[in-house]
Amino acid sequence: MINYWYFFLFFIITIAFSIGFLLFVALIRFKRNVHDDKTFPYECGVDPVTPTARDTYSIRYYLLTLVFIIFDVETVFLFPWAVINDQLGWFGLIEVFIFILILIFGYIYAWKAEALEFRREIG
Amino acid sequence: MNIDIDTIIFDVLIPVIKIIVMILFPMIMVMVMLWVERRGIAFLQERLGPNRVGFQGILQPIADTIKMLFKEDIIQRQSDKLIFNIAPVVVLATSLLAFCFIPVGMTMSIGSYNLTFWVAESPVGLLITLGISSLSVLGIVFAGWASNSKYSLLGGLRSVVQLLSYEIPIGLTVLTVVLASGSMNFIDIVNKQNEMGIWFAFMMPVSCVVFWIAAMAECNRSPFDIVEADSELVAGFHTEYSGIKFGYFFMAEYAHMVLVSSLMVVFFFGGGLPIFPNVEFLWFLHYIPGFVWYFIKIMFFLYLFVWIRGTFPRYRFDGLIRLVWKWLVPLSLLNLIVVAIIRMIV
Repeated sequence: MINYWYFFLFFIITIAFSIGFLLFVALIRFKRNVHDDKTFPYECGVDPVTPTARDTYSIRYYLLTLVFIIFDVETVFLFPWAVINDQLGWFGLIEVFIFILILIFGYIYAWKAEALEFRREIG
Repeated sequence: MNIDIDTIIFDVLIPVIKIIVMILFPMIMVMVMLWVERRGIAFLQERLGPNRVGFQGILQPIADTIKMLFKEDIIQRQSDKLIFNIAPVVVLATSLLAFCFIPVGMTMSIGSYNLTFWVAESPVGLLITLGISSLSVLGIVFAGWASNSKYSLLGGLRSVVQLLSYEIPIGLTVLTVVLASGSMNFIDIVNKQNEMGIWFAFMMPVSCVVFWIAAMAECNRSPFDIVEADSELVAGFHTEYSGIKFGYFFMAEYAHMVLVSSLMVVFFFGGGLPIFPNVEFLWFLHYIPGFVWYFIKIMFFLYLFVWIRGTFPRYRFDGLIRLVWKWLVPLSLLNLIVVAIIRMIV
């Protein structure tokens, strides 16, 4: 249990260091030389084309995200099996293989459905 | 509850010192790597690199740090100031926090006290470390969103797709390590390699290579530095950052490299173990302390980062997805099955 207290202590010290160092540097660094042109977002020297950059973007990895979640959850499910694999023996191994096999069918379907492509035409 | 002097020294004072050393260790490695990288890249490209400040430019990192500390801080007029300031802290803090469970050496006996070279050990240390290390993507997305610059936003969006790619091969290859060692405790993993007398890299070479490729993508290093691709996105997510806030991202990137090298060393190259830990006539190698072995090994991997950066061109955004999802994921799945079967038979 004491190990988790050390982790907690590590967490506190890390956060305190990260924030504290930023504040410390804010005290010692040169003051801001406020000039209007400096506060423009960088766009190769010209004035920004649009007033804000937070526009709608076409995120083409939506389907990939869904496949990712499936595989990530799969990995989490496999970790407990990997730890006690020696005690489970062949029974556990075959069950896990059936589990992986089902996912491989899903993976092949996702591949065929072009969910793993980036340059997929949407719509 | 009785408090004696031994409890204070061994349960409070020494852990606190270890924690501070563990936080300073990546910081110092950042300084070292700054020089190694610039000189190394220059060496690979037949340039000179920094060689004026100090002997062979060895004081260059200190000069850079001083410059970074005193530089003026510029914040965009339309940026989200709170998130803009939080983002560097998130990225750096998560990179440092992941060092909590890493064993940087073996146990060393000093008198009757066993000095351990890790801050904490946990039966799920591996999961916690992997979880924390992928949290730094949040900070990158924060930075990209808050900057209100198109380059930054694109960099932030790309970092998400990078996470979607590398996470699966890392998980599946780490599973093979857990299979072979039967534990998610870093110290048990190292001890298992000592017991078997062989590094896991030689038992599972496929896992080792796949993990390394995915790990390079994890710390946004070339050839997978699509998040900050200089030639397309200026500087990616940290385009608008200056001074120490940029320095935070810089430190976090290098701390992440040290972390990934440490994971590589612990999982596949025996942590603080000497080379061939069980061979009788190499007994004298055990007299070199564990942290020296660990340091030599991570320095090799840190140089490998530089070497690969100087050798390979950058992957394109969709190239990374193709590489990971159509090559590494099937390969690591197959590798998992093969390792599981061999583990059963042997």
